[in-house]
Amino acid sequence: MNERAIRVTVNGRVYERTVEVRKTLADFLRDDLDLTGTHLGCEHGVCGACTIVLDGAAVRSCLLFAAQVHGREIQTVEGLADGDRLNPLQEAFREHHGLQCGFCTPGFLMTLTCFLRDTPDPTEAQVREAISGNLCRCTGYKNIVTAALAAARRS
Amino acid sequence: MKPPRFDYLLPGTLDEALGLLAQHGEDAKVLAGGQSLVPLLNFRLVRPAHLVDLNDIPGLDGIRVEQGRLAIGAMTRQRAVETSSVVRERCPLLAEAMPQIGHVQIRNRGTIGGSLAHADPAGELPAVVAALDGELVLRSRRGERRLAPHDFFVGYLTTAAAPDELLVEARVPVTPARTGTAFMEVSRRHGDFALVGVATSVTVDTGGVCTACAIALTGVGPTPVVAREASRALVGVKPTVDALADIGRRVASALTPDSDLHASAEYRQHLAGVLTRRALARALERVDGQPGAKERS
Repeated sequence: MNERAIRVTVNGRVYERTVEVRKTLADFLRDDLDLTGTHLGCEHGVCGACTIVLDGAAVRSCLLFAAQVHGREIQTVEGLADGDRLNPLQEAFREHHGLQCGFCTPGFLMTLTCFLRDTPDPTEAQVREAISGNLCRCTGYKNIVTAALAAARRS
Repeated sequence: MKPPRFDYLLPGTLDEALGLLAQHGEDAKVLAGGQSLVPLLNFRLVRPAHLVDLNDIPGLDGIRVEQGRLAIGAMTRQRAVETSSVVRERCPLLAEAMPQIGHVQIRNRGTIGGSLAHADPAGELPAVVAALDGELVLRSRRGERRLAPHDFFVGYLTTAAAPDELLVEARVPVTPARTGTAFMEVSRRHGDFALVGVATSVTVDTGGVCTACAIALTGVGPTPVVAREASRALVGVKPTVDALADIGRRVASALTPDSDLHASAEYRQHLAGVLTRRALARALERVDGQPGAKERS
């Protein structure tokens, strides 16, 4: 059995597709659903660029198969803004220059979305711990931390 | 970096899963959280004909206390163990080791059983289960086996589980009274695999004499290394600063770690001694009624 029919909710919208079972969730989001905001860096669970939210928990979408998310609910970076209006976390990233080249940004945003939901008033040390599984090759961590703290203050 | 082709099998019951493993044997790989297996698939370092996904089987996860033991279902997510108040209260060593496994995104998906069955020589969980002299419960169509860590971890990424057997539960004793525990590791970057990690448990009597001690290390051999002889040397004596330093030296001198890209054998040996001494001291601080036992976790 090399294909499976799945039904999955992504950013509030229900998609029904047939997928090859070896297709990763990250490739499914990008290639089948055209949601290319989820980026792929290392494809083996180290860099965090492909982090998405699965049933409320931040996970690596390169380490899941699309076939495994049948009936589940996913949020990707495309689900954060309201049309053209950035959400408070995105706004804080923009304001505090929390992104340089931007490649790692979707992963950081999704990781921080879950973190700030669970830890609404974090310390700087907690923020640094929370983002330790996301790599920024521009090494722009300082402003990412500043943005996360600003977003926490704002909401 | 895309996985090779495989047949994807999604059993809905444990019985069905065991049937598939009996049928496909070594041609099948079990998919739990996938945090170690999927990278291996993406790199095509493993090419199983069949992938048996356990994620749809109800009842394989959960944490319960019975007969003085903490029983953790194999499919319990690492993050669930990390945030469990039962684990924090009844087995603080396990609770302390959990956040040192990978990163939160990994622990949200990674499972207890997957990590133990993968048997990475630098993994935290094998050392914790070995230090606590836990039990690994294996199930197959042929029946059930309960293995001690020493019998379960047989080599580099290798366990005693037969191809038709599934690890369904890990059991560790509840931490007894007058006992302190500590898990410490050193890694190059936070969240990386440990260069060396140490899991310790120390029990002292009301006179301050050590009555039981366990030390297990990760990253210094193909399997978790239990330092039985060194642990015994602490029993019957007062764990003074000098005594702990002596145990650290004993642990280090008995090890024969390998050198690799990340650390030389000498450095690993040195770390093992230092971390053992520090972990024992931390564990002792946490014994109920001991001075400095402020952070009994």
